[in-house]
Amino acid sequence: MRRFIRRNAAGYFFLSPWLLGFGLLALGPILASLYLSFTRYDMVSAPVWDGLGNYHYMLEYDRRFWKALEVTFTFVALSVPLRLAMALGVAMLLDKGLRTIGLYRAIFYLPSLLGASIAIALLWREMFGIDGVVNQVLAVFGIEGKGWITDPDTSLYTIVVLAMWQFGSPMLIFLAGLRGIPRDLYEAAEIDGTSKWRQFWRITLPMLAPVVFFNLVLQTIEAFKTFTSAFIISNGTGAPADSLLFYTVYLFNEAFKFFRMGYASALAWVLLIIIAAFTALAFATSKYWVHYENERD
Amino acid sequence: MLYPLIWLFASSLKPENEIFGSLDLWPSKVDWSNYTEGWNALPVSFTVFYKNSAIVTVLSVIGNLLSCSFAAYAFARLKFNGRTFLFALMMMTMMLPYHVVLIPQYVLFLNLGWVDTYLPLIVPRFLAADGFFIFLMVQFFRQIPRELDEAAMIDGCSPFKIYWAIILPLSLPAMGTAAIFSLIWVWEDFLAPLIYLNDINSYTVPLALRLFVDQEGQSAFGQMFAMSVLSLVPVLIFFVAFQKLIIRGIATSGMK
Repeated sequence: MRRFIRRNAAGYFFLSPWLLGFGLLALGPILASLYLSFTRYDMVSAPVWDGLGNYHYMLEYDRRFWKALEVTFTFVALSVPLRLAMALGVAMLLDKGLRTIGLYRAIFYLPSLLGASIAIALLWREMFGIDGVVNQVLAVFGIEGKGWITDPDTSLYTIVVLAMWQFGSPMLIFLAGLRGIPRDLYEAAEIDGTSKWRQFWRITLPMLAPVVFFNLVLQTIEAFKTFTSAFIISNGTGAPADSLLFYTVYLFNEAFKFFRMGYASALAWVLLIIIAAFTALAFATSKYWVHYENERD
Repeated sequence: MLYPLIWLFASSLKPENEIFGSLDLWPSKVDWSNYTEGWNALPVSFTVFYKNSAIVTVLSVIGNLLSCSFAAYAFARLKFNGRTFLFALMMMTMMLPYHVVLIPQYVLFLNLGWVDTYLPLIVPRFLAADGFFIFLMVQFFRQIPRELDEAAMIDGCSPFKIYWAIILPLSLPAMGTAAIFSLIWVWEDFLAPLIYLNDINSYTVPLALRLFVDQEGQSAFGQMFAMSVLSLVPVLIFFVAFQKLIIRGIATSGMK
């Protein structure tokens, strides 16, 4: 016993802040949230057990839940591939070895660093407004603009554009990955007369597959969690016509505007399940398209 | 790429009628009045908001560095039962959407009487709540030669002494990277202050900026842009000064 304590004491001493945090801020809340999702809870009176009531209502009757899913899935399906394509494209340009690469890398990364800030969300709101700079530029080409943000048909795309603008961090990871591809592969292909296009599909992409996979999983999770920009641009409501009703915005309003804490907990659990399911799916299919160097067959 | 940022800055120097009326990027006459007026445009001066943000940010960064380096030292350098399992749990919490723990955390802090104080924003940082930094430091600590620990151990150094006198001084780049990311993310954080701070006197800068939107009728766009520019200045300064560290941090850890 004493030996056991002595062997483990230092480890658990250093781990104690994290262990406390994990229990109080992660494990406890996850279990509490699961419990609350089966109750009706308004924070004033104690939670009332409601069984599957929240989930039943959500799936069967809540039109806005489905709308929030639609908005969020549309956003993820558009923004993630576009952002990754931008990131890979720019990374390949930079990889060509420009002398000023450091400067460009920094410039391309900067929007990602600022992206979470409310200042950028406010800026976007005004840029795409009816009098905003986007319409002013379109007017130069004789195109009549419109209120991109106030029109429910286009509002979501303004946030997709914002997400594309922030391709910096996947770009840096692609860049690191591109550096790892042996140059002689390209030289050999060059000698064989392989076209650039074929080189991309036959060398670059397969060699980069682990990095693509990594970026895809992380960026998708990030996209599902998008909040600040949608909240600010829609003025906290998901307007116009719920076209910016991102899942997290809906959840926030249910919880902190209407104090339907039980229902919001159920929403949170559905989000958790969606993200977990996506991650599991990505890992399950990865063995068909991701091959790592050290496991050659 | 930088056009939106340049537009933001240019607009902050324009009088109200030129921001949306004119196609010229640069104002006909540079006018800093948006900055002086914007600073005091809200019921509470931005001096207070910046002070609030500074308090929250500095304490959060200290908390993150201490608690995360503690956990990372344990995971990377010490042997104890359950280490692999706990490390896997830590990695899983990194994937966890914040929204799942949001409501119970709120109920917890409400019951502790902490709502409308900075404690819900700061205390979690002293409890290593942000697994990203643990992960970043573990990656770095693992590269430090083990012989150093072993030699120190033979000389009778305690694990704490090894952490303090060997691992930390050798990890300054990792600690610096963590400090800068932590600083920028806490500075920009919107959701947690939105939930926990109700009194305008305790608002952080991002919350204060949002008040300009609510005042839209009074068309204070120039002032809103001016204050937006100022809110980005600390991030920009740190980015310019430390961009090598920041970019290496992203490329090696692959997050955000």
